[in-house]
Amino acid sequence: MSRQFRIGGGLVDPGRIVSFSFDGKSMQGLHGDTLASALLANGRRLVARSFKYHRPRGILSDGSDEPNALVELRSGAHREPNTRATVVELFDGLEAYSQNFRLSLNNDLNAVNDLLSPFLSAGFYYKTFMWPQKFWERVYEPLIRSTAGLGSLSALPDPDCYDKGFLHCDLLVVGGGPAGLVVALVAGRAGARVILADEDYRLGGRLNCESNSIGDQSGAAWAHQAALELALMDNVRLMPRTTVYGCYDHGIFGAVERKTDHLASSKRLPRQVLWRIYSRRSVICAGATERSMAFANNDRPGIMLASAVRTYCNRYGVACGQNVAVFTCNNSGWRTAADLERRGIRVAAVIDTRAETDAAPNVDARIIRQGRIVNTYGRKALSSIRLEDGERLPVDCLAVSGGWNPNLQLTCHHRSKPQWNAELATFVPGDSLPAGMAVAGAAAGVFHLGEILKDAAVVASTVLDELDLGEVDLQLEEAADTPYRIEPLWHIKSRRRAWVDFQNDVTTKDIEQSHAEGMQAVEHLKRYTTLGMATDQGKAGNIPAIAIMADLSGKSIPDTGTTVYRPPYTPVAIGAFAGRSRGPAFRPVRKTPSHRWAKEHGAVFVEVGAWLRAQWYARPGESHWRQSVDREVKATRNSVGVCDVTTLGKIDIQGAGSTTLLNHVYTNGFSKLAVGKVRYGLMLREDGIAYDDGTTARLGENHYVMTTTTANAGLVFRQMEFVRQCLYPDLDVHIISTTDGWAQFSVAGPNSRRLLQKVVDPETDISNRRFPFMGCAEITICGGFPARLFRISFSGELAYEIAVPARYGNSMMETLIKAGEEFEAVPYGTEALGVMRVEKGHFAGNEMTGQTTALNLGASRMLSTKKDFQGSVLARRSHLVDDNALGLVGLRSRDKKDVLRAGAHLLRQGVEPTLENSEGWISSCVYSPTFGCYLGLGFINRGHDRFGETAVAVNPIHKSEVSVTICSPHFYDPDGGRQRG
Amino acid sequence: MIIDHPLLGPRDAAEFVYLGDASLLDRPHWQDPEAMGKFYEYQYLRENPAGELRELWYHEQGDRSWLVVTRDTTTHAILCVELAREVARRQQVSN
Repeated sequence: MSRQFRIGGGLVDPGRIVSFSFDGKSMQGLHGDTLASALLANGRRLVARSFKYHRPRGILSDGSDEPNALVELRSGAHREPNTRATVVELFDGLEAYSQNFRLSLNNDLNAVNDLLSPFLSAGFYYKTFMWPQKFWERVYEPLIRSTAGLGSLSALPDPDCYDKGFLHCDLLVVGGGPAGLVVALVAGRAGARVILADEDYRLGGRLNCESNSIGDQSGAAWAHQAALELALMDNVRLMPRTTVYGCYDHGIFGAVERKTDHLASSKRLPRQVLWRIYSRRSVICAGATERSMAFANNDRPGIMLASAVRTYCNRYGVACGQNVAVFTCNNSGWRTAADLERRGIRVAAVIDTRAETDAAPNVDARIIRQGRIVNTYGRKALSSIRLEDGERLPVDCLAVSGGWNPNLQLTCHHRSKPQWNAELATFVPGDSLPAGMAVAGAAAGVFHLGEILKDAAVVASTVLDELDLGEVDLQLEEAADTPYRIEPLWHIKSRRRAWVDFQNDVTTKDIEQSHAEGMQAVEHLKRYTTLGMATDQGKAGNIPAIAIMADLSGKSIPDTGTTVYRPPYTPVAIGAFAGRSRGPAFRPVRKTPSHRWAKEHGAVFVEVGAWLRAQWYARPGESHWRQSVDREVKATRNSVGVCDVTTLGKIDIQGAGSTTLLNHVYTNGFSKLAVGKVRYGLMLREDGIAYDDGTTARLGENHYVMTTTTANAGLVFRQMEFVRQCLYPDLDVHIISTTDGWAQFSVAGPNSRRLLQKVVDPETDISNRRFPFMGCAEITICGGFPARLFRISFSGELAYEIAVPARYGNSMMETLIKAGEEFEAVPYGTEALGVMRVEKGHFAGNEMTGQTTALNLGASRMLSTKKDFQGSVLARRSHLVDDNALGLVGLRSRDKKDVLRAGAHLLRQGVEPTLENSEGWISSCVYSPTFGCYLGLGFINRGHDRFGETAVAVNPIHKSEVSVTICSPHFYDPDGGRQRG
Repeated sequence: MIIDHPLLGPRDAAEFVYLGDASLLDRPHWQDPEAMGKFYEYQYLRENPAGELRELWYHEQGDRSWLVVTRDTTTHAILCVELAREVARRQQVSN
């Protein structure tokens, strides 16, 4: 800190010195400083380089609208680029670094861009990087990428954690300045549940930055007292350091609360919390933001907003210069001069653009009326300014006020159009605000402190009325202020560049050029010049740009209009949106009931949707997955294997209307299914395309258990609820999903019955005669435990599926394998399951692609003609029942050594391998240990009529052409003798 | 958005799944002489206006009710929420 700049006073604590570093240089600030105020207190002018021209830049503002002073904070994985120094609370040990330069901040090689500026005007990308085309990817893209952006990411995983939360209130007050505090006080005293959020860490807004008083208190003291009263109310939640960044439907707001950003370490606490706030009513008291004026070289370090110069003086006790000039087109600039002089800072001149001013010129400084600044000097810090008459004034700081813009962003997030207010020379919130929203104070265009307090009290009492809460009489004190009065001056014409958008380096010349090249809509101007993009979203530059554009086009400012305001109000870290949903917690993991057993027995898991399923069980000595899978298939086909099939969807259907429901969703009839029997069902979408399949067991007259594929479990259930509620509203039927309620295991292989006989209680006879293929029953096992037994087979073997309440799932697996020891029973995973289903010729997800019909799948006989069902009519569309349609076939390589691959095209022998000649494709492909070769399922035109033909499987990716025989898809036991045995 | 569920009161839209135009309640009869044309319209020609629309929402993360929500698609104002079952009953009586 330099005594020269730290003039004392304000709301910082002189007793608490805080050490920090900027670009590696140690500096000191005070508790209560922002990084910006501490840098200024250390005499730091140059803090950044501009985006395109790499112009030296200093601090412009005192808040979240800052376009220039973007810095990188912290180091290592904690590094955070593009942080506005004006909103960073200083803490002991803070490391900050400047960004966007090549070599160093002081000597930026990219500053050559400034000299090249005539070639880098708006749209230069589109004109420059056109030819030759060969350069697009090799030269232009790397070049653009290396210079694009501002700060750089750490490229390491974010070490902090973030939380999300939900809040509910009667009234959300956005902004804790004078208006927000009054609204919160009135509503809080009336007993409303109030949330008051403010992006600053100290409530009070401009009251903390100005010198005017309320009653006999300073503004800051009044705000402090109001905040204390609110803090003591149980029904009020004060949320400083919280930015309400978006207004969503029905009173829902998004807000981000910075929990530990002001601390040296988060100590593993959540760094930020993303809140979703549900409010019955909201009052936007977001204040207003000062704008600059466009004059030649108006971007030098030391040229600042007048309000910011005042803030640094009043709130932080920091002088932004020793010899300051004020340049203003309205009365508020005069306050800066008065405040600085009162603190003993020399004000060289007040340059007012107006001829007449009614601001009490209570300043000693020289007053220049109808003044115009035509140029400024000083490359890395302002040294002087030139006036229209040629006079050159040596100054080290220029405080500019181009007027104030209400912060109406949140009022426009529902596309409300802001209204032009000619008297204030700015846009104010329009009439059609989002439902439940009101605006008070400066955000509503009320700029006089006394009027702000009154306006807020009136808005608050209206809101209380709407909430049916009683009146509260707030004794408002008088607050002195000067009237605002503005005669806007947007642009002082010059052949030099005058900046409008500091962050994107958009000058008045760019706007002129954009207009000359036909960008007549304000949205086109924005895209062509990048005006109003990036972190500040045009908070300072947009209104002047619109005014200049209006001037060029001869349209009025309101006719020119604004660009669309969208959330977020200020940048929000992606980490905050992700919250805890990252890494392994990105989404919930569903584990099968036998997961623990599988893990203990060498299972390799595969993700199936959210499920983790055992893919195969590797045994010691097995080094390749094929060894495990081949072994599992052989052991199952030769003796017995067990597979956890819990992930298949299970839907319990009960009620007198159960059969009607099944008849609607399945293509085939269920009316004649006997109790104690299972039937396979095929399901179409209403458009006639095959959707899902599975088995349904009739456990009682009015009780079925349906299974769905793993992938469609939720969707089929949703569709059945639709049928039940929307198409058959009077049907007596209820469904529940029992997928997670029952653990289910396939027990397959010639010894499966003998294995199960050791587990099933003796009361149940599961002999082939008493419990034949497609039988089912509710039984007991292991001495009285409930279970369901289904004699169904996906592998083609004699097989059962046994279901037990999910809590017994792990021990069921253990019990089955133990009971199967004498048969050398094996657990098998999804790979072996898939091999056996291809060998057996069952179609699955690879075949039911959402583009195939029952005819394609060879299942057209399952489409009942005697009843209605989902898809019954549209499945008969002529092009879906074409004779030439694709048909499901089996494919076998003619040479056993050849490898088949799924995805290969099927072509006639001897034709050119072109896409035009492709007649089909291989959809599933496995190595079959049973047949000792690769087997495939696939589709080919008129497939069912072409068994015995030879085709060529062409795979251009693997550059292979394999001669294959088209055959029935049922490779294994086509007569079904084994599963019936 | 918040949907005022007829049985459960106001619920966040995140609990629901959206399906679109509630004309899906009016499924044609499969034996209608014009069935093919009517099903084609039922399946593919649904309304998606800028303005008021009766649409289907499913309370998947809740009680699994299908709802008919009348909503202005330009403002998201919700004008009416009914159980789809009640609406279907009414329509079937009037048909």
